[in-house]
Amino acid sequence: MSQGAIAGRSGTSPKRRRRRRRPGKGRFVLLGVFLIFLLAPLYWMFITSIKPSDDYLAVPPVWFPSRPTLVHYSAALFAYRGLQGIENSLIISISATALSAFVGTLMAYSFARFETGGKHLSFWVLSQRFLPPIAIVLPVFLIYRTVGLNDTRFGLVIAYTVFTLPVTVWMMFAYFKGVPRSMEDAALVDGCTRWEAFWRVAVPLAAPGIIAAAVFAFIACWTEFFFALVLTSRTAFTLPTVFRAFLGFQGAQYGEASALAVVSLAPSIALGVLAQRHLVRGLTLGAVRG
Amino acid sequence: MADVRIRGLHKWFGAFHAVRGIDLDIADGDFTVLVGPSGCGKSTLLRTIAGLEDISEGEIFIGDEIVNDMRPRDRDVAMVFQDYALYPHMTVEKNIGFGLRARKMAKSEIDDRVNRASAMLGIAQLYGRFPRQLSGGQRQRVAIGRAIVREPRIFLFDEPLSNLDAQLRDEMRWEIKRLHRAISTTMIYVTHDQIEAMTLADRIVLMREGRIEQVGTPAELFERPISRFVAGFLGSPKMSFLPGRVVGFEGVAALAIDGAEFPLPLPPAHAARVSTAGARVLLGLRPEHVVRAQGASPGEGMIRLDARVELLQPTGSRTFATFRIGSASALAELQAHDVSNPGETIQLDANLNRASLFDAETELALLS
Repeated sequence: MSQGAIAGRSGTSPKRRRRRRRPGKGRFVLLGVFLIFLLAPLYWMFITSIKPSDDYLAVPPVWFPSRPTLVHYSAALFAYRGLQGIENSLIISISATALSAFVGTLMAYSFARFETGGKHLSFWVLSQRFLPPIAIVLPVFLIYRTVGLNDTRFGLVIAYTVFTLPVTVWMMFAYFKGVPRSMEDAALVDGCTRWEAFWRVAVPLAAPGIIAAAVFAFIACWTEFFFALVLTSRTAFTLPTVFRAFLGFQGAQYGEASALAVVSLAPSIALGVLAQRHLVRGLTLGAVRG
Repeated sequence: MADVRIRGLHKWFGAFHAVRGIDLDIADGDFTVLVGPSGCGKSTLLRTIAGLEDISEGEIFIGDEIVNDMRPRDRDVAMVFQDYALYPHMTVEKNIGFGLRARKMAKSEIDDRVNRASAMLGIAQLYGRFPRQLSGGQRQRVAIGRAIVREPRIFLFDEPLSNLDAQLRDEMRWEIKRLHRAISTTMIYVTHDQIEAMTLADRIVLMREGRIEQVGTPAELFERPISRFVAGFLGSPKMSFLPGRVVGFEGVAALAIDGAEFPLPLPPAHAARVSTAGARVLLGLRPEHVVRAQGASPGEGMIRLDARVELLQPTGSRTFATFRIGSASALAELQAHDVSNPGETIQLDANLNRASLFDAETELALLS
């Protein structure tokens, strides 16, 4: 009996080990398919940006362009004023993000620590996101035209700050809620003013949330199309609106569009990497209190 | 160093009346423990002294100043929190020195003070570590270091040991006591643990439902509780309360315990306190005053009982036995070998000289 039991036990363990190892292959296949699904469009975009125009729609498709060219990049950036769009987008997105993060931090802290306005005010802030943008774009346009904010970077900065605030506040709110009250109490007793306790204790502890919220705000501003389309024309136009020009009477300018798309991806990728690192750090910081 | 005086203090949280009229004097250099069940307002009282809660009514003096409207930073107090409240993004050294840096003290002075405090608490080897890399006991030491480095007028402790395991709690309790001996600054300490209160305090302030129930030295509260609440709160295991009625018995006042066959004659000191026959009272007996019978007859003021043991709680050197007396149950403190099995009947001597008497209705002590 006991021998049989032992044999049975030793018999199961290699099986278990094998079972653990084998799905590894299946997992790699699955991951591979998933990666292709994700990366193929990006690859197609990249090779289209360096293909000569004849190869865009060639059958069979050209997977590896034999005569790569950078002509689309210079056309998109200069002839189509892509560079100007990038400059506008950078200035507007960075300003709006900074403003949104700053105001959002104060709002989120106020909601989390002092329960300002009770439950209703904080929910009202979030509820601003329920409004479809198209419902307000016309009034905003009319107001902007009247006060002279049309086609100005400042006008878009204001608009983007307002649109990103609800999500910024809600992301930060959770982090500020997680800062134990006693830590700020300790700072107050230790000799800080309320403002110093906020700045030297609460903000550093909520930093991962603030950074993550800022990254989301930046990406939202960077990719925003609709308001930029309506509120800007020749001066303050942003990068996404430049893409309109690539769809013309004579067909689509696939090469230029792809080239500009490749350029516009760069900040998003850089920020994604940065945000991931900070979000992970945020998790370990949270463990301190355990 | 400073004394603290509190006059007519009330604190409301919305409709909740957390502190209901406190008058308290805390002498300079005293170790005062605020103790009571959770929700009795002791932590709120401490936080109003720190300035972390506004007060609704009344006055708080630290030294000769009214501090009602003074910010926490200007009160020159230091506080140790239950969850340590160390700053997780700073090293131990930065944590301890934080309050000094916030007050813009010179670097050399900060280093000097941090080193002295760390040496006192034996935490200098932890300087470069972050709070998450410390054990619970080390964290609490750092938190205490952060308080003493400030050299404040008053130390406030808000249940500092309740997150520690039992052994560490004992150790840190002595540490805090030793600290008070060494620096003899006024300390105000909140706990719900009556053992902490008894071992640490020069004076205990026992609170109940936002009011002070009794103030005094640990011995005063333990031996002369003014109410059933105080008597029941202090002491472990707890005092047993036997409901009964005052009767005349062979010419002396006696106590008829509900359901018991014979009335217990009261010693003269107690007899003087019960005026009317028939009055309902509670007899409070601490386990240590009910012991195994010795000698042929009980001493003066002692009562001999035949008791059937219902339950035994051995603690090593002592065994606590539950027995019935009338319709109530009471505890006796026995030697480990006095009784071995529940169900045995043994003779016990109850020392009524040391017992307490309470009015059954008001639950206040009957004092002569």
